[in-house]
Amino acid sequence: MTQVLSRVPAFAVAAVTILLGLAFAIVFMEQESDVAVISLVALAAVAAWLGTRAGVADRVSAAAVERPGSIALLVAAAMLVLIGVFVEDHFPLLMLATVMIYGTVALGLNIQFGYTGVVNFAGAAFFGIGAYTSAKVVDSGLPAILALPLGAIFAALIGLLLVIPVVRTRGHYAAVVTIAFSVLFKTFLEVNDTLGGPQGLSVGSMKLFGWDFGDSPTFGDFEASFYLNYALAALVMLALVFVLVRRLERSWLGLSLDAVRLDETGAACYGIGIRRSKIFAFVLGNAIIGLAGALYGSMQGYVAPTSFTFSDSLILVAIVLLGGMGSPWGTILAAAIVVILPEKLQAIQEYRFLLFSAVVIAILLFRPAGLLPRGVRHYFPPLRKGAEP
Amino acid sequence: MSDTLLSLDGIAKSFGGVRALNDVSFGVDRGQILGLIGPNGSGKTTSFNVLTGLYRPDGGRITFDGAEITGASPQAVYRAGIARTFQRSRLCLELSIFDNIMVGNHGRLNQGLIHNLFRRKALKAEVDAAYAEAMALATLFSPNLGDAMFEPVGALPMIERRRIEICRALIAQPKLLLLDEPSAGMTHDETHQLMSDILSVRERIGGLSIIIIEHEMGVIERVCDRCVVLNYGEKIAEGSYQEVASDRLVQEAYLGSA
Repeated sequence: MTQVLSRVPAFAVAAVTILLGLAFAIVFMEQESDVAVISLVALAAVAAWLGTRAGVADRVSAAAVERPGSIALLVAAAMLVLIGVFVEDHFPLLMLATVMIYGTVALGLNIQFGYTGVVNFAGAAFFGIGAYTSAKVVDSGLPAILALPLGAIFAALIGLLLVIPVVRTRGHYAAVVTIAFSVLFKTFLEVNDTLGGPQGLSVGSMKLFGWDFGDSPTFGDFEASFYLNYALAALVMLALVFVLVRRLERSWLGLSLDAVRLDETGAACYGIGIRRSKIFAFVLGNAIIGLAGALYGSMQGYVAPTSFTFSDSLILVAIVLLGGMGSPWGTILAAAIVVILPEKLQAIQEYRFLLFSAVVIAILLFRPAGLLPRGVRHYFPPLRKGAEP
Repeated sequence: MSDTLLSLDGIAKSFGGVRALNDVSFGVDRGQILGLIGPNGSGKTTSFNVLTGLYRPDGGRITFDGAEITGASPQAVYRAGIARTFQRSRLCLELSIFDNIMVGNHGRLNQGLIHNLFRRKALKAEVDAAYAEAMALATLFSPNLGDAMFEPVGALPMIERRRIEICRALIAQPKLLLLDEPSAGMTHDETHQLMSDILSVRERIGGLSIIIIEHEMGVIERVCDRCVVLNYGEKIAEGSYQEVASDRLVQEAYLGSA
C-alpha cells in the first residue's frame, strides 16, 4: 500500500483525502441517532488509524509542505460546499459557523501558548469582551460592522491589564493570573448593571453595507437560512486569521516566538527581547479572540455571563492541546471535533466536561504532539530538503 | 583604538554568602584566544554569565570594544558583538538546524512586523540569502549538516549539536566568541576535530577573538595564546600555557598542596 502510494503525487492523495473528509462531514451532519453518530465516529477513528499506518498521513503532510496554498484553498472550497449543502437548515449552519469561530479563537490562543509559551486560561473572557463589545456597539447606533474591529481592540486593550503579571511571572504563576482574571471577569459581568447583569444583553444583528445578517438571503423563490450570512462571515474571518497565523509562523517573528518558548535564557543571549515577544503574542492573540467574540455575539443574538466562564476557557485550551500545539490545521480539526461531537451526541452532552478532561489527559499521555502534530518550519515551499544544492 | 577588545576590572559576584567571583580582572586583545581554566566551581561559567548580562556583577567594570557594558542586558551584550555557547547545549531541539542557526542571526534579520507578514517577496529574498550563508557556514564544519538543514536538531548526535551551536554563535559575525566547554560530552577525537574546525573558520573570518573554558588541557595548550586560571572565584595565575602550568598555585589548585 505504501509503495503504491509513493507513486501517486502527494497532492492527489491530499485532494482525495479532503474529498473523503467532505463526504464524511456531510453524512455525519445529517445523522440524528446516537447509534449512527457513534458508529461514524468509530469509523473515522479506524480510517484515520489505517490511513496513518498506510502512509496516507505522510503523503498529505508532504503535500501540505510542497503546496500549502493549494491545500488551504481546497479545504476552504470544501467548507463552502459543506455550507452549501446545508444552506436551508438553521442548526447545521449554526454549528459550522460555531466551529469556524471557535477555530479562530483557538488560532489566537495558539499564538500565545502554542508558539510563545504564554499560558492563557482566560480565553473565554477575551471572547466575551468581543461579544459584549458587539452588543454595546450595535446598541449605541454605530455601524454594526465596527463591532468586529472594536471587539478586537477592546480585548487587546483589556488584555494589557494582565500584561505585567503575565510577563513578569512564569509557568504556573502566569496560569494562575489568567485563571483569576477569568473568574473575575464573569463575576464582574454578573454584578454590572450596564452590561445586563446575570441576564446579559441582546445583540443586534451584524450589518454590512445595508445587508442585514439577520435577514434570510433569498435567491428568487429560494430562501436560505439567515445563518448562511454568519457561516460565510466566519469562513472569511477564519481564512484571514489562518493566513495571518501561517505567515507569522513562517517568518523571523515566528522563529523568535518559538525561541522564547523553548529557551528564554538562550533567546536572550541572541538578542531576542523576551518581554517584547510575550507582549506581542499576548496582545495579538487576544485581538484575534476578541474579533471572533464580536461575530459570535452578533450571531447568537444575546450575550450572558454564563457563556464566558472558566470552563469555557478550559474547552478552548483543550482544542489547542487536542489539535497539536502550534499546528493551525490541527487546531481547526480539533475545534470541529470539540464543537460538533457534543451537539450530535445528546447522550454525552451532560458529561462533556468529563469527556473533554479525559480526552485531554489521554492526549497528553499518548499523543502529546496532538492529532495533527506540527512539522518543522518551512519558510517558503521551494526552500526544503533537496531543493537547494 | 587600543588593542584591548575586552577587559574585566575587579569583577565581584556573590550568591547569598558565596563569593563566586572576587576581584577578578583580565582582558582579551583583538584576535587573541584566551583560555579560562580552573577546577570545578572556580567561577569560570559565572564569569561568562556576568559578561553576557545573565548576572549583574556586584562590583567592577566590564569594557568591550571601547564601551562600558557592565550590567547591560544579554540582548545589549549580543548587539555589542559577543556571542556564546553553553556548557549544556541550549539548542531548541524541536526546531530545524536552519532555525537554530537563524536564532543566532536575530540581530541581522529584519524583524519588522510589516516586512515579516506582508512583504513576503522581500522576506523570501532575505530567507534565501540567510540560507546560503547558513549552508556555507554549516558545511565548513560538517557536510552532513547541509543535507539536514530542515531536520529537527533533536535527532542529531552530540558532536553535530555542538557544531550547530557554534554555527549559531558565528553566524552573527561577533567580535568575541565565548566557548563554554565545547568538548563536554564528546570523545577526544571529536574534540580535536571540532577545535580544528573552529580554528579554520576563525582564519576565514579573521580577527575573531575567543575566550574558551575547557577542562582538556590538550585543547588549551593547542589553541590558546594566553591563559587565566581561576580558583575559588579568584584569579591565581595568568600567562602562557607553559607559564601557568608550571605555576605553584595552579598545581596546588588542581592537585592539592604538598
